[in-house]
Amino acid sequence: MPDIKEMKEAILKYVVNEYAEDDDDVTYDTPLISGGLVDSFSMVSLKRFLEVKYKISIPDERATPEAFDNVTKIANLVLEYL
Amino acid sequence: MLQVVNSSGVDQVVNSSGVDNFKEVDNVKNQQPMGYSEQTKKIYRDQLDTIAQAGLYKQERFIHSPQAADIEVEFPEGSEVKKVINICANNYLGLSSHPAVIKAAHEGLDTRGYGMSSVRFICGTQDIHRELEARMTEFLGTEDTILFPSCMDANAGVFEAILTQDDVIISDRLVHASLVDGIRLCSAMHDTFKHSNMEHLEEKLQLHADKRLKLVVNDGIYSMDGDMAKVDELVALCEKYDAMLLIDESHSSGFIGKTGRGTHEHHGMMGKVDIITTTFGKALGGASGGCVSGRKEIVAMCRQKARPYLFSNTIAPVVVAGVLKVLDILSESTERRDKLERNAAYWRKGLTEAGFVLKEGDSPIVPVMLFNAKLAQDVSRDLFAEGVYAVGFFFPVVPNGQARIRTQISAGHEIHHLDKALAAFRKVGAKYGILGLTKQEIIDKYGQ
Repeated sequence: MPDIKEMKEAILKYVVNEYAEDDDDVTYDTPLISGGLVDSFSMVSLKRFLEVKYKISIPDERATPEAFDNVTKIANLVLEYL
Repeated sequence: MLQVVNSSGVDQVVNSSGVDNFKEVDNVKNQQPMGYSEQTKKIYRDQLDTIAQAGLYKQERFIHSPQAADIEVEFPEGSEVKKVINICANNYLGLSSHPAVIKAAHEGLDTRGYGMSSVRFICGTQDIHRELEARMTEFLGTEDTILFPSCMDANAGVFEAILTQDDVIISDRLVHASLVDGIRLCSAMHDTFKHSNMEHLEEKLQLHADKRLKLVVNDGIYSMDGDMAKVDELVALCEKYDAMLLIDESHSSGFIGKTGRGTHEHHGMMGKVDIITTTFGKALGGASGGCVSGRKEIVAMCRQKARPYLFSNTIAPVVVAGVLKVLDILSESTERRDKLERNAAYWRKGLTEAGFVLKEGDSPIVPVMLFNAKLAQDVSRDLFAEGVYAVGFFFPVVPNGQARIRTQISAGHEIHHLDKALAAFRKVGAKYGILGLTKQEIIDKYGQ
């Protein structure tokens, strides 16, 4: 099982590479959905990234804006399905 | 009353609801409001207020002449009609009011009538509809074509007709709103890649490798920036990862490429793009209508399943006849697209020498970057006063801090039009002290 710290780092790297502008300072606790950094379209691709990388399947009903709102929450969600 | 400045930078006085035509409606007194209560009305008027207060209320300008390089404009409503040079139309080839096109449209009206009163598959297909489809297939170098009432409808219908939830659409992040809307109507998964970033697209193609069908979606020429898709690289990546490629050629059909076929011709990729959508509402006569052109099976699927095709009348016969003449004109000579290319180069050179900051590119879309929304509005207003009609664009139409005047050059422009417009730009640019300034210096002076 991947280390939670490594996992958070990998998710943060993906989010920064995928969505952040040059001057955005994104941390583990930056609000992604409620903060407007990630929109509902992009949530789909974020979920897809997690499922492919960690070889898991996250049910649609668990992939909510609340559950995806920061890197820490996302990592905790992934842990449930590992 | 509220003073607002609309997107063209022209001052408008509107009432507190953001619009000036409620008086007439309010004069219909004493009618039972039924479900349309005062509360309902207030919801909409509050929203209109918000739009107006943000300076985003769109006002139409009434043109009293045919579409052309010189037009007569009434704006604001009720003001004296003013003759101005139009540098904001999609009339790239100057064919919107071409005598031969108008004559052909008259003949179409006389021989095929005004309307069809039916959708295509019941009794709304004439021989000239099928003729136009065949001509577009030949023109674009594809396998087959289906007409739609507009390219907005083509883009709204194509995705749902050919993809399911087992598939994925991967689109450039700056594709046109009509493509975004069409993608939203489709059950396929949607992902995006950074604008024109082929490495990012390749990552996404790898991520979605297990999907049944993969469709990459791009504009040919991006309407706000005027830059061109890297069609050759897109084709190579799609071939490598077994994906289909769709390109919207609305801002390139008729004038990009040696014979004006589009960005696929420019990049030597004729026959390699699986789906092309385009419009007849811009260079190809400028009236209305659009199409999906591409692989035979895809066009056939659209004919069976695309809802804007199934549930709406197609292009009126008079317009079909006009577009057929446009294709005749383009097939006879490349004179117009060649002139457009020269005009665009002349215009870009003139603005550059004057000291404006431009978006890079070599299309007839030349954005003059001002970065600040109010500055864009002010410059547009002053240009209009100088006899030049050019529109300011700012957030949310373009990204925040990227406000600009989008200029669009036409083969209908003569050098004297361009010289007069350049003189107006120099005069207004000097007034605001932005000539010769860098992007950062303009931002330092006016904010972003």
